[in-house]
Amino acid sequence: MKILLMGNPNVGKSAIFSRLTGIDVMISNYPGTTIELKKGKMKLDGETAEVIDVPGTYSLDPASRAEEVAVDMLQEGDLVINVVDATNLERNLNLTLALLERNIPVITVLNFWDEIRHLGIHIDVKKLESCLDIPVVPVVAVTGEGIKTLVSRLHEAKAHQKRYSEEERWENIGKIIREVQQITLKKHTLLEMLEDLSVQPLTGIPIMFSVLIVVFWTVRIVGETMIAYLFDPLFALYLPLVTDLSRMLGGGGVIHDILLGTLIAGQIDFIQSMGLLTTGLYVPLAMVLPYVVAFYLVLGILEDSGYLPRLATLVDAIFHRLGMHGLAIIPMLLGLGCNVPGALSTRILEGRKQRFIAATLMAIAVPCMAQTAMVFALLGPYGIKGLGIFFMTLFAVWLTLGFLLNRFLGGETPETFMEIPPYRIPYPASLGKKLWMRIRSFLTEAVPFVLLGVLIVNILYVFGIIGWIGEIAAPVIVGIFGLPKEAVAALIVGFLRKDVAVGMLLPLGLDMEQLIVASVVLTMYFPCVATFVVLFKELGARDLLKATAIMIVTTLLTGGILNALL
Amino acid sequence: METTLFDLKSGQEAVIKNFKGGAEFQKKLRSLNLRAGKTIRKVTAEPFHGPVVIEIDNTEVAIGMNMAKKIVVEASESGSDT
Ligand SMILES: Nc1nc2c(ncn2[C@@H]2O[C@H](COP(=O)(O)OP(=O)(O)OP(=O)(O)O)[C@@H](O)[C@H]2O)c(=O)[nH]1
Ligand SMILES: [Mg+2]
Repeated sequence: MKILLMGNPNVGKSAIFSRLTGIDVMISNYPGTTIELKKGKMKLDGETAEVIDVPGTYSLDPASRAEEVAVDMLQEGDLVINVVDATNLERNLNLTLALLERNIPVITVLNFWDEIRHLGIHIDVKKLESCLDIPVVPVVAVTGEGIKTLVSRLHEAKAHQKRYSEEERWENIGKIIREVQQITLKKHTLLEMLEDLSVQPLTGIPIMFSVLIVVFWTVRIVGETMIAYLFDPLFALYLPLVTDLSRMLGGGGVIHDILLGTLIAGQIDFIQSMGLLTTGLYVPLAMVLPYVVAFYLVLGILEDSGYLPRLATLVDAIFHRLGMHGLAIIPMLLGLGCNVPGALSTRILEGRKQRFIAATLMAIAVPCMAQTAMVFALLGPYGIKGLGIFFMTLFAVWLTLGFLLNRFLGGETPETFMEIPPYRIPYPASLGKKLWMRIRSFLTEAVPFVLLGVLIVNILYVFGIIGWIGEIAAPVIVGIFGLPKEAVAALIVGFLRKDVAVGMLLPLGLDMEQLIVASVVLTMYFPCVATFVVLFKELGARDLLKATAIMIVTTLLTGGILNALL
Repeated sequence: METTLFDLKSGQEAVIKNFKGGAEFQKKLRSLNLRAGKTIRKVTAEPFHGPVVIEIDNTEVAIGMNMAKKIVVEASESGSDT
């Protein structure tokens, strides 16, 4: 049996999916969190049923790609759990009634049952059941309240196939609402006042800058603290172990070099040695992971509070000059964590032009946290100046390139029309779960690539390939970017992992200016292989080729100009 | 007083009257329950031709400036608190 979870965006479908199947999925307080069908299994009357989390949709007349996916799914399903936001019953019932025309069994879930009380809304569930002639179950997805009842009543789901015109449907909804819903005057809460303040420009813009500054410093400070007090001490305990191993292996030789790398001044150097057990572990675990944790902790709070759609509204005017909706701030922010989810989330944007611009800008000008962490380590010692120039350059590239792409690419970007959900206090348990999902995927998906990167560095050096490519690439690297030939090794590895690549700059003894140029070029010139694969899937071969050409030209220009100016 | 959502003052409440746009446009608005007869409150308009933010039922909605110009509303007599 196939059970579909369907409903408007941001009504808690994924939260219910996770409760039913036990599978952790992304749950955030903005419309468009789920972008792909997600399948799971649950036990029902001793049998396994398939549960499918369908992207949110406002209607069954497919208006966008996501809605098409939802409507197509309807053909395959055996039962629909229609998730409804109880605080917004009228709007949500439109989809419920549309589903009731499709001759498929439907059961309706009134989610956010915890929120309706203090909103002064009263819903008569029994009456609603008889009006709709299907079971209606109030639940609180985040706490699990009502989920058991939902499961026990699934078999009561009922199919209808009355046909209404849209007019009749709204009339019907009006009648139902008058019958089942009462609204008593509500008090304005502090959160609601904050909702207004954070979108009104006079207060909203200062709030936005404060939030961004707090985010940046929190990530840095939390990251640095974790390194200083947790990860470095741990690796200090680990050092004698690898040092012993090095001695046992005779301090050199092929196996020694692959496992532990080369000794720097007779010692193992976790950053420069380039062995699987030294650099291969130290870079991802002690240099990158702390910042990844810090970043995703802060991002999770931003996502679950409901601030992101408000940020999107504030920056909408600027983003439209770059051919995007303000909502494109979401792929950009996700991209700051990792470009892979960033590229995937461009799907929430309407129209091909907008998706192309967002994906291209993100891939070129948004450094992922792995890379940023290494840049912090490299440029951090030069204080705010080095980091400032690095980030300002990327921001300028992002702005200029977006402006040009919007100018010269054909096609329109439709106007913004977007729901802004209410502010919600994030549940610590959900925050923790989300953070853990992201850390886990970093450990299982990124760390193997780091190890592979380190291995390839060794192979390239052993066979002298780096020297050979260095000669060929010298005109660009030395001539345009003003970097030593050896930097080519970092550029090659950067295609695999940007963090390892930035780390490889350290032994080259670059000055601050060269470090900035190299870090900027490494960010821009090519996304890592994982991002590249996702971009290929999202954009198709032709657009990816176009994006790549843009990427190469922009990198050469930016690197050259930066080298000339600094 | 009849005006458009774009010209409505921030903080003011109004009832949606009609739309100066075609069927597709109206269908898009209906997906977020913007229909004739609904009461809304304009929260603000973002500067530099940014979107208009309104409150309808319990959600806020951001609406592009040109779309807001095509939504005709009847402003309530009182209800302005700015
Ligand atoms: N207070 C409260 N919050 C809830 C409840 N259910 C979900 N939420 C929150 O509502 C937000 C949206 O939940 P999701 O499960 O991501 O919603 P969705 O329907 O999957 O959203 P899309 O994938 O964007 O269509 C999240 O921040 C949840 O934590 C609930 O019953 N009560
Ligand atoms: Mg979801």
